Amino acid sequence: MQVMPGEKLALIGPSGSGKTTILRILMTLEKIDGGHIQVDGEQLYHMERNGQLMPADERHLAKMRQKIGMVFQLFNLFPHKCVIDNVTLAPMLTKGVTRVAAEKRAMELLDMVGLADKAKAMPAQLSGGQKQRVAIARALALSPKIMLFDEITSALDPELVEEVLNVMRKLAAETDMTMLLVTHEMGFAHDFADRVLFFDRGRIFEEGKPDEIFRHPKQERTQSFLKKIIAAGHRV
Amino acid sequence: MDWDWNFVQEIMPTLIQGVKITILATVLGSILAAIVGLAIALARRSPHRLVSRSVGWFAEFIRGTPLLVQLYFIFYVLPDIGILLPPLVAGVIGLGLHYGTYTAEVYRAGIDNVPRGQWEAAKACNLGGRHTWTHIILPQAIPPMIPALANYFIAMFKETPLLSAITVLELMNQAKIVANSSYRYMEPMTLVGAFFLIISLCSVVLLRWLEHRYGKIER
Repeated sequence: MQVMPGEKLALIGPSGSGKTTILRILMTLEKIDGGHIQVDGEQLYHMERNGQLMPADERHLAKMRQKIGMVFQLFNLFPHKCVIDNVTLAPMLTKGVTRVAAEKRAMELLDMVGLADKAKAMPAQLSGGQKQRVAIARALALSPKIMLFDEITSALDPELVEEVLNVMRKLAAETDMTMLLVTHEMGFAHDFADRVLFFDRGRIFEEGKPDEIFRHPKQERTQSFLKKIIAAGHRV
Repeated sequence: MDWDWNFVQEIMPTLIQGVKITILATVLGSILAAIVGLAIALARRSPHRLVSRSVGWFAEFIRGTPLLVQLYFIFYVLPDIGILLPPLVAGVIGLGLHYGTYTAEVYRAGIDNVPRGQWEAAKACNLGGRHTWTHIILPQAIPPMIPALANYFIAMFKETPLLSAITVLELMNQAKIVANSSYRYMEPMTLVGAFFLIISLCSVVLLRWLEHRYGKIER
């Protein structure tokens, strides 16, 4: 599996098919059993020492994590910190950014996700959609090259899904970040992605342009998956 | 035997001296127990098996032996190997170590209660181990466990009379001394009980307030 710089990739498939695992492995939240992953020209789980590949140490992993950001299904905001502190914490701690600079950048990002007026609110005071938009701003604050989105609308009430997807559309239009998106929102995946991967039983079963996958899937299993999704009320 | 208010008045200043020492020992012991407990809880999570195992055994050993024995050991046995401690210092160390093994369990539960997603978010924000603990995990783990910690500190307070066994001049010891010299036990011992009751009741009010204030965290 290869992803090009700036590419928007949608990962779809039944639950347990491994699409979320791919994101978690890229974020180094899971250990890999074998194989090699390259991110931005460097090995993710290995490092070179005297021309030999060795398992990566924590320092190498920390360096690689700088390139990657992730937004979670359950937001995972830091509940004891207000919105703007959620966004400024990591840049200040990991990049030595001053508070003034971090807050300026955070306000730009919160403005981008439409929550500049909530900067001092606590996460518990926000709706799910607002929490997820803060989580997106938090991940962007570290300026990663690659963003991972793990079912970011699955835990939201239906009427809140659209506000998060609107932020995603804006993000896709304004930046050239590489984005990997695990989703059950097929309509959104269709419009958003440059390429769609259909996962089943831990393997990539079919891949192609959104139109090919959604309108003319070749594999029978892809067809039946999409049929089930449509029957469940998701539009394509 | 009649209750003698004059005698009460006479011994009150001495007993109040004792109360001060009792409170001092409890406060210092609580601070030490809070630190020891955190250290044990963190060490038991260490990826190094040698560290986590040996600290685990040490905690079991302390918890499995009586505080009185530990106090005797610290005050009367350690001098044999050249460690001579003032009574109050020995007492505070004994209380802090003993209760530290209990507060370690409170910390463990508090840390386990922080959702896994918080660890993952910290990693996704590229926070290192130290920053994850100090900025993400402990600030969320500690407030909900303050009531449970305070409970142990109140229990510790009521065990401070044990310190009289190693000559700390706390409330019980002062009461014993005045009782032994005057052969009157009723007033000193009643007053000891009353002092403990009053302070315990005040602590319970404080505890209820702590529970209300920190008992739950909004997510």
